[in-house]
Amino acid sequence: MLKVDNINVFYGAIHALHGVSLTVNEGEIVTLIGANGAGKSTTLRTISGLLRPKTGSVAFEGKTISDMKAQGIVKLGISQVPEGRRVFANMSVMENLELGAFIRSDSAEIAADIKMVFERFPRLAERKGQQAGTLSGGEQQMLAMGRALMSRPRLLLLDEPSMGLAPLLVKEIFSIIQEINASGTTVLLVEQNANMALAIAHRAYVVETGRITLEGSAQELAASDAVRKAYLGG
Amino acid sequence: MDYSALFLQVVQQIINGISVGSIYALIALGYTMVYGIIRLINFAHGDIYMLGAYVGFYCTTVFQFSFLPALLMAMIVAAIAGMIIERVAYRPLRYAPRMAVLITAIGVSLLLEYGGILVVSPQTRTFPAVFPTTLYNIGGVIISSQQVLILAVSIILMVILTYTVQRTKIGKAMRAVSFDTDAARLMGINVDMVISITFAIGSGLAAAAGVLVGVYYNSIDPLMGIMPGLKAFIAAVLGGIGIIPGAMLGGIIMGVVEALVSGFISSTYRDAAAFAILIIILLLKPAGLLGKNVREKV
Repeated sequence: MLKVDNINVFYGAIHALHGVSLTVNEGEIVTLIGANGAGKSTTLRTISGLLRPKTGSVAFEGKTISDMKAQGIVKLGISQVPEGRRVFANMSVMENLELGAFIRSDSAEIAADIKMVFERFPRLAERKGQQAGTLSGGEQQMLAMGRALMSRPRLLLLDEPSMGLAPLLVKEIFSIIQEINASGTTVLLVEQNANMALAIAHRAYVVETGRITLEGSAQELAASDAVRKAYLGG
Repeated sequence: MDYSALFLQVVQQIINGISVGSIYALIALGYTMVYGIIRLINFAHGDIYMLGAYVGFYCTTVFQFSFLPALLMAMIVAAIAGMIIERVAYRPLRYAPRMAVLITAIGVSLLLEYGGILVVSPQTRTFPAVFPTTLYNIGGVIISSQQVLILAVSIILMVILTYTVQRTKIGKAMRAVSFDTDAARLMGINVDMVISITFAIGSGLAAAAGVLVGVYYNSIDPLMGIMPGLKAFIAAVLGGIGIIPGAMLGGIIMGVVEALVSGFISSTYRDAAAFAILIIILLLKPAGLLGKNVREKV
């Protein structure tokens, strides 16, 4: 479904990604684990079209998207929940969800999808008129996820959904990710919390200093010594 | 001392101030919207106001338009000019250091001013009286029909703007881009288009201000945008740059302060008062009257 082929990405003079390749198949949860600054978010930002690879390409369902603008990529069905949630803090929960559906104009269906998001995240329904900036971190994460779902993505990119959340909330968020996947959305998950990510993913890649150093099924990686030492605390 | 006369005088100056202030407010809106969305002080904005006044002038004199069509035409032409300026001068510098864009804005401003002199000649023109002047005497306070017109047009435009920004899809997109451009891109918002529309709206409002000033003061010239442009910029800073209601409030306050200073001290100190406001606000509340320091939640 998604094929990232040998991409090199730079921030100015800084070479952030060195020939990263990965694939995501339809229906999977694939996770990208690695330390802070390894290039995980850069990979997602490149897939979403916020960054352009200097060489290499990204293809979605056979179509090259690495030369497309971000809005075109959203229209093709890739939606991202960015790191740090990035909700529109000065706008209401409802407005955030409406913006998630920006590329759509079928207002009846949008209303139905907002209802669906509220069913998945009942706490958002209680706070729909509230400014997003006044929500707790966990609620903001739910809002960012609900907002990303509003474009009806077939591939959902999640960047550090566990960041800054209490363990109980992390569990809740991860079980929601599994639900979203079960209802037919493919997921590419970037995480520092390798334990949780490997527990729900089908396949995984390990990123270190801008390179993929390991890949395999989630169980294999969870069992491998290198991963256990570096990311799973022994 | 006659207190009732003094009171009438104060009310009179406040009314004069509000009409000039709503002109400042209309210009300040463009400054603040553009700043809110690309963090640029568009120094060419005052000259767009001049451009609007000239389009209004030619529409009413050469083409014999009445007021409303001339106003609309001025707004449309200025909106297109604003979009072209953004496309040609600012967009190529989108990822350049901010100083480069700022200097470019000053260059565009000079181009419009002295290009304007070249094209329409530096002489001051008399704006035709598109409205018969009627003076209303309400309990000793005199209000002219032009003042009523300025206030009415300004209020209508601000209501339309507020509705657009708060309720429409494009308005929500503008607020989203202004708050977090990358997050807006991830929503599928065409950021370039939103920026373009912001320039169009801001320029249209400035052009309306230009036509209203032509009607109010009857005279226009190619350098007329410099001072009101600066003052509207101060008004935007006073209200809190990037905040739309702040620009409206700042504009009105600027106008009223200027009128009071002119009326009770001397009109010589009018401009000094405007810049004193800038200094005071920067010292006491740099974020502006309606500005607040937003704390990020992690």
